Amino acid sequence: MRLVILDDYDLASEWAAKYIRNRIVQFKPSADRFFTLGLPTGSTPYGCYQKLIEYYRHGDISFKYVKTFNMDEYVGLPRAHPESYHSYMWNNFFKHIDIDPANAHILDGNAQNLEEECQAYEQKIAEAGGIELFVGGIGPDGHIAFNEPGSSLVSRTRVKTLAKDTIVANARFFGNDLSKVPTMALTVGVGTVMDAKEVMILITGAHKAFALYKAIEEGVNHMWTVSAFQQHPRTIFVCDEDATLELRVKTVKYFKGQQPTRKWRHLDKPPLREGNWTNGIGRQNLKEQTHD
Amino acid sequence: MPSNKSVSDAPITQFINCRILRDNELQREDLWVREGRILDPEKLFFDEQGYADKRVDCEGSIIAPGFIDVQINGGYGIDFSQASENVSDGVSFVAKKILEHGVTSFCPTLVTSPPEVYHKVLPQVKVHDGGPHGAGVLGFHLEGPFISAEKKGAHPEKYLRTFKSGGLEDLMEVYGSLDDVAIVTLAPELPGSQSVVRELSRRGITVSLGHSAADLSQAEEAVQHGATFITHLFNAMLPFHHRDPGIVGLLTSDRIPAGRTVYYGMIADGIHTNPAALRIAHRAHPSGLVLVTDAITAMGLPPGRHTLGQQVIEIQGLHAYVAGTKTLSGSIATMDMCVRHFKQASGCSVQEALEAASLHPAQLLGISHKKGKLDYGSDAGQSRLHLYFCIPAVRAAVVPPLCPQRFLGCKYGLFSWGGGCITVDQSLQFL
Repeated sequence: MRLVILDDYDLASEWAAKYIRNRIVQFKPSADRFFTLGLPTGSTPYGCYQKLIEYYRHGDISFKYVKTFNMDEYVGLPRAHPESYHSYMWNNFFKHIDIDPANAHILDGNAQNLEEECQAYEQKIAEAGGIELFVGGIGPDGHIAFNEPGSSLVSRTRVKTLAKDTIVANARFFGNDLSKVPTMALTVGVGTVMDAKEVMILITGAHKAFALYKAIEEGVNHMWTVSAFQQHPRTIFVCDEDATLELRVKTVKYFKGQQPTRKWRHLDKPPLREGNWTNGIGRQNLKEQTHD
Repeated sequence: MPSNKSVSDAPITQFINCRILRDNELQREDLWVREGRILDPEKLFFDEQGYADKRVDCEGSIIAPGFIDVQINGGYGIDFSQASENVSDGVSFVAKKILEHGVTSFCPTLVTSPPEVYHKVLPQVKVHDGGPHGAGVLGFHLEGPFISAEKKGAHPEKYLRTFKSGGLEDLMEVYGSLDDVAIVTLAPELPGSQSVVRELSRRGITVSLGHSAADLSQAEEAVQHGATFITHLFNAMLPFHHRDPGIVGLLTSDRIPAGRTVYYGMIADGIHTNPAALRIAHRAHPSGLVLVTDAITAMGLPPGRHTLGQQVIEIQGLHAYVAGTKTLSGSIATMDMCVRHFKQASGCSVQEALEAASLHPAQLLGISHKKGKLDYGSDAGQSRLHLYFCIPAVRAAVVPPLCPQRFLGCKYGLFSWGGGCITVDQSLQFL
């Protein structure tokens, strides 16, 4: 496991976006060789998406040869509903980039036969050659996608009933009305994500700290399904300082020690000199004041 | 990219880097158009897996629905009230010219005229959609002859009429046909007007109160029978009085039927209405304000004498008087000037100013499901939303401002798909 700790949410988003960008660029995707990316939704990856859009606008990356597979979608929520994950992905990502609509895959929560939809999704992933990089988040109850506590760690894409914790956590998107939150969702399984060549989990905020602790400092446990990635050969956890609040100091120091320190201080602008009574800088500032 | 033609082969244009007037606000969104209809891009992406064939960079301009002018008597030398052999050519000519002011739909207005004129003119023009060839015609606005002699304004007295034989017969005798009529202006104090108002409303024709000396209760009664519009508020009606507000009192009347809005036209050219009066009306009833030009033949023409209906008028600068008098005979303002003046005089937001010229007239005429808005068109078989695009002022600096090719030669080549939206910059300046 690699644990990357950044100072705050913005820096963590930037790091994650840069990592995704670099991976895609280095992969050199083309018409016969698409880069398959697994994508999450929610407030955590929002900053990362913003950064990716920025890089696209700047010309640093193109999504023309990228196939995306989203992790989950609510069941029974109309696709045009502002809180559906289709809407989220469209408004926060797809509409701003150059991805081919045929390559953007999201589970259909309104399909006639949900089981078939899930199986077809697994099929699509297999046909695309498996996922190169699966980006995910973590719930406060330690779940990955909608693999709620108790989910099998070798599960595949299927319908899940949402846990109370998740419904409460999502109520804020539905006007804080618990009755409006969907109770079921289609989700990729833990096993599905484990099949990816690389997994990157974004975790930011103090409310996720305990889940992070359970995921990386305790054992593999189906009650904290993110812990399954302890058994994946290439996992990166990207988090901010707040998310590390429940970790041992030793763990944090170990992983922080692995990050290169900033060696480019001399390229920064010289720090502003503060005025004080000896160096007369403040006095100069006063002289320059206008008298409007 | 592979073909995206699943629903339609027509090319899809995406306007980027723009602000759209939608849902009463300026949203920073892209506008997607196919075949003159606005698309829901999310549906396009997921259902059709479609994408834009062409992207147009609006450079931060605003895209607003085309303006709708419900009172325009002519322009550029054309007088709609003249019984010529070739009325539709005249209407088409004006229709094309007013595109430059942002007007994409209008109601050609006929002032009080003898029956022969109506019988000749009305059948020659039908309701039709517009396009790059010119603004669409929504129907005639018949201003008179059933108006008050006291408040005739510039209308010729000898052709005024009253309801003699019980309403509808009078109308048919004078007008001949009501098929392509959108609005009728009449004076509600004329005896027998109630049944006329009811009958016209039943036929879906907007009834407007104007050129009238009615008091408030007569006006309210007319509204209860179905009237929904006031022709150029303040002009050609009794002035507001605190014990009898007259027609002006409809703006804040409590006897309007529930669910109904009374709209009122305002000629916001700075001449027909003092800006303070414009502000009073706007503040009293902002959602009913409809900007109209009431433009006459002379609009777009140089100063001098010209014919309007059966009279001669004279242009002096921005004013147009009945020749030899100081009675205003109509305005020579253009819609874009009115929108600009309204915004500047009332201090309202850009959205409100644009809506007063687009959404409100569409609501007045009951066509706001098709026009006056930039909402998504329906999937199949619905009317087109009428749009128009013109080069924002920033680009006008590159193209000579009076160049007649500036629309035909529009660098975005939009005329191929038969529609567009008006584009303005922050100060509502455009060509």
